[in-house]
Amino acid sequence: MTGKLEVDIIGLKLKNPTILASGFLGVSGKMMKRVAESGAGAVTTKSIGIEARNGHTNPTVIEWGFGVMNAVGLSNPGYKNFGDEIKVAKESGVPVIASIFADNPENFVKVASGVEEYEPDAIELNISCPNLKKGEKFGQIIGKSPELSHDVVKSVKKNVKLPVITKLTPNVNDIKIIAESVEKAGTDAISAINTLGPGMIIDIETGKPIMGNRFGGLSGPAVRPIAVKCVYDIYEVVKVPVIGIGGIISGRDAIEIMMAGASAIGIGTAIYYRGIDVFKKVCDEIIEFLDSHNYSNIKEIVGMAHRD
Amino acid sequence: MEIPEVLEIKSIKNENWKTKTFFFDKKIKVEPGQFMMLWIPGLDEKPFSVSFDSPSGLTIAKVGPFTEKLFQMKEGDKVGLRGPYGHGFELIGRNICLVSGGCGCAPILLLAKNAKTKGMNVTSILGAKTKNDLLFVDEMKKYASEIIITTDDGSFGKKGFSTEALKELLNKKRFDCVYTCGPEKMMKKVFEICEDSEIMLQASLDRYMKCGFGVCGQCTIDDIRICKDGPVLDSNQLRKLIEFGVFKRDKSGMKNYF
Repeated sequence: MTGKLEVDIIGLKLKNPTILASGFLGVSGKMMKRVAESGAGAVTTKSIGIEARNGHTNPTVIEWGFGVMNAVGLSNPGYKNFGDEIKVAKESGVPVIASIFADNPENFVKVASGVEEYEPDAIELNISCPNLKKGEKFGQIIGKSPELSHDVVKSVKKNVKLPVITKLTPNVNDIKIIAESVEKAGTDAISAINTLGPGMIIDIETGKPIMGNRFGGLSGPAVRPIAVKCVYDIYEVVKVPVIGIGGIISGRDAIEIMMAGASAIGIGTAIYYRGIDVFKKVCDEIIEFLDSHNYSNIKEIVGMAHRD
Repeated sequence: MEIPEVLEIKSIKNENWKTKTFFFDKKIKVEPGQFMMLWIPGLDEKPFSVSFDSPSGLTIAKVGPFTEKLFQMKEGDKVGLRGPYGHGFELIGRNICLVSGGCGCAPILLLAKNAKTKGMNVTSILGAKTKNDLLFVDEMKKYASEIIITTDDGSFGKKGFSTEALKELLNKKRFDCVYTCGPEKMMKKVFEICEDSEIMLQASLDRYMKCGFGVCGQCTIDDIRICKDGPVLDSNQLRKLIEFGVFKRDKSGMKNYF
């Protein structure tokens, strides 16, 4: 990989801008290592919480023709049981981002401080998962509120030294307000978007919703234009770097969201369409574009859609 | 698209006291060792290997609440199927040996059928806890030239484990490849025996599954996705695994040691 794809973001040196998005393959350290070896510039763990959680019953992940719908439901073994996975993932040499979730600022601090001991390179705050059961106060319950989002970010920033990325939900009236709020609270970067919706698919033979939790968040090609618009909006109002996530399948898609303002990009659902080596494929396609359009470096295109 | 297709159960056959085969009126192009995700609408969805291909059938043992509900279902009731998924067995050479334990015989039966069709010489070791737990003894007779049956309690065939029978057999016979499916501890032992005898093995492994198509990462063993890179792994792959026969992750991702 040539130097023209290198990205510096929140103090992390990425050999290329592709990052394994949270929720895909990030259950085990060895799997994340394989993803890194397949070309990813960084990897993100599955979101880790305070205690072991089984998540929702199956079906939890389906592909409906235009993207993936998932309602995995934040399954994880609890932060106390996740140290080995981060250690093994780190052997790959690429930055490892620990995604975490909790239901209030105190518990976020608890998980963040616990995870910090495993020495990941950054922490991503998942305040944007839409797959909640009735009464649960995780995920987008927080991320839809500028105040709750602010309090979570501020508490974590006060208590950990690692750089903090805050992952936002598109399921809000105005994502700019949330972006400004988490920047004010001190986040080092913003990633967007988490899954859209949730949506529902009903089997018409039985009249039953297919997902175990009845509904699920949407990712993949169908949500890409929304992700691009969200990144575009966020870039307009904040100074911190943005990681663009949502339906990026090809180099073309990566370039598009970077032109909207993303300094790096998350890849997840594309693993279904193009395999684990999608990271390398996307990088090759980006280079081809840069070369054929006489750009010497990927940084030149970041935010291009905002220029006169 | 990876969405369950809802089908009527065409027929149900009792295989033994805790095992039934559910047949569907749908042609599924499948390699032995591949699996389907079976959805009981409103309840749950789980992976099962395909044991019959015309008509398509899944052979399932009653082991928990999901299979209990399935066992209450009747012909004409509707379930969802998606797949087939994964990488199945590959038939190699002329002389093969199949080692199965309990319900692990489900994918092995279809493999035996394909091997016979290809004119291969099949030796089958069928192991079970007791006589009542044996599966597919009569069906296997159609495809195998030699069948060795073992039961842990000696209630039928040789008393002891299928692995002991394999060890004895390898002392007097050579095979081009050994194939196995059953409890992981048994398969680990089969692997060790094959390594000692320098015989290639293909084993069908099992892990808790969610997506079935290689994106969620729930079913990993080391850096292998059982749903996509597996479920069948060969000796070259098995040799590199440190988790094989040691632990599997539950649905939270927690390691459970065998």
